[in-house]
Amino acid sequence: MKKVVCSTGILLSALACVLLVAGCRKGNQEARKDVVKKTVISDGGSDTMVNLAQEWAEAYQKVAPNVSVEVSGGGSGVGMRDLMQGVINIANCSRDVEPKEREQILKTTGKEPKSHIVGHDAIAIYVHKDNPIAKISSEQLAAIFGEGGTVEKWSQLGVDLGAENDTIIRVSRQNSSGTYLYFREHVLAKKDFKPGSRDMSGSKDVVELVARTRSAIGYSGMGYATPGVRMVPVAPKAGDEPVTPSVENVLSMKYPLARSLLMVTAGEPEGAVKAYLDWIHSEEGQKIVEHAGYIPLTQAER
Amino acid sequence: MAAQTGTPATVPAAVEPVSTRGRFRRAFSFVSERTMVSLIYLCGISAILFVFSIFYFIFREGAPFFRSGVSLWDFFFTDAWFPTSAVKPRFGILALTAGTASVTLVAMLLAVPFGLGAAIFLAEFCGKRTRETLKILVELLAAVPSVVWGFIGLMVMNPLIIHLTGAPIGLNVLNAGIIVGLMSVPIIVSIAEDAIRAVPDTYIEAAEALGATRWQTVRRVILPAARNGLLAAVLLGVGRAVGETMAVLMCTGHAVHNPFDGQFPYLHVLDSVRTLTATITAELGEAPRLDAMADGSYPPEALHYQSLFVVGMVLFAITFVVNLVADFAVKGIRRAK
Repeated sequence: MKKVVCSTGILLSALACVLLVAGCRKGNQEARKDVVKKTVISDGGSDTMVNLAQEWAEAYQKVAPNVSVEVSGGGSGVGMRDLMQGVINIANCSRDVEPKEREQILKTTGKEPKSHIVGHDAIAIYVHKDNPIAKISSEQLAAIFGEGGTVEKWSQLGVDLGAENDTIIRVSRQNSSGTYLYFREHVLAKKDFKPGSRDMSGSKDVVELVARTRSAIGYSGMGYATPGVRMVPVAPKAGDEPVTPSVENVLSMKYPLARSLLMVTAGEPEGAVKAYLDWIHSEEGQKIVEHAGYIPLTQAER
Repeated sequence: MAAQTGTPATVPAAVEPVSTRGRFRRAFSFVSERTMVSLIYLCGISAILFVFSIFYFIFREGAPFFRSGVSLWDFFFTDAWFPTSAVKPRFGILALTAGTASVTLVAMLLAVPFGLGAAIFLAEFCGKRTRETLKILVELLAAVPSVVWGFIGLMVMNPLIIHLTGAPIGLNVLNAGIIVGLMSVPIIVSIAEDAIRAVPDTYIEAAEALGATRWQTVRRVILPAARNGLLAAVLLGVGRAVGETMAVLMCTGHAVHNPFDGQFPYLHVLDSVRTLTATITAELGEAPRLDAMADGSYPPEALHYQSLFVVGMVLFAITFVVNLVADFAVKGIRRAK
């Protein structure tokens, strides 16, 4: 009995020692962490912008080693929701902030959301590289992609791809991507897509599938173009002059499917977040926009 | 003390002086025995616990959908799946269910003859050495991750199908059916082989004594005797095909489209489809989970997330029924013995 008590005592004191040592070590670690404490900026949202945001974050590491930027994707809608809940500091958004989202952010955070334009992008209409189609109008796109639209065959557009490739294969995006929502709002006038489109989960997947499929047509960011596909000039209205998605046409907003890439903060940015956004607007930050395949801001916009 | 050792403290003293060390060891072994028994018991019932908590969780997340006013008829029997529509959200899963059914059907048309044939060969027609080698290879087939299968479908089968059939796109029911069929073969082979080998030798000896040829023995004696086990093998293969996600997401083309129609050939295997599982995978990540508002009702955007859980319930129900039937089939063999 005595021995049991004795060994228990030894055990307990050993345990106490271990805990004490562990505690000391933890204290040390914390002290050390304080010396090189990093400011963390979390940045999330649009899948279109996730590669760009990642490149910015990596480059910023060299500019400000004590700031670490954590990037996540999920879609523009997810970004706005996370901003609303205060999970992230910056929401990436490849479309405009909806009035409802604005209201909810104001309600939950008490701050007016502030959009910062950080670059431009255009949604290009992609077809297989051997497809001879010369131009397409917004109305034709709506008739191809929209619910109730009557265009099902390439021959209806005056394009001859042979009998076996006459049916148009529509390549679309998953129903909560920013690109999908943008296309639905600007081309389909908020109406639904025609069912039966191949809904890809990434911008790159769309271009890859179009490159492998002769009779396909799809939409995706212009930065994703590959040699296997061709961008079709788009006419804003039937009968208008078709416009190619080029840098000038996007900046002048002549191209009908041009959009701005936004970074949204709740209220005016402060401290590290402001410094980061300022850096993104600088020459160095804008070079990365170009490198990622998008269109940088003009001097006047910076 | 008594509670610690489990034996009355007075007993050892009354009998003979047992060393404290021995008592301590006995106490330890008693405690460890108790711990082990309860641990094993916990492991045993954990499966039940997990099944029920999964079911509870899926139901809890999906239940508000039933009170949202979406008609269940429309949910099960219409093709329109527009969960994020700005005009009028519609939740019809008929096309998705048809997608799952078509892929499973094609997969089974492929996997059942091949799987059962391989099982018969392994169990009855080949030597021990060949059998061991082939079994290892079949198990290797089961070890290929499903994303790798999907990749094969995307990069190898897609151009091959376009080339051979002249279809405009190779990501379709046929592609996914072949891939999922290949994935189900190992399950079918191993269970069917066990069932065939479980047929008592006396049956076979009796057949041989009657002068039956090997094929006659297999067809008239072994296959009927192993019937239930073979059915179980096929049903578990079906369960695998219905539940497969990643590979079908990559190979079907992911288009909401019903490949069945009323005219010959009824099923268009060169159409792209989308399955129930792939829909959940593709959409759940971006469907917001919203809490109930003050009056207990949910904002309309919450329906997308909830509807995906109802799709999960449908899948759960399908696989549950298939597995249950398979289970009864196996029980049937035991009773027959």
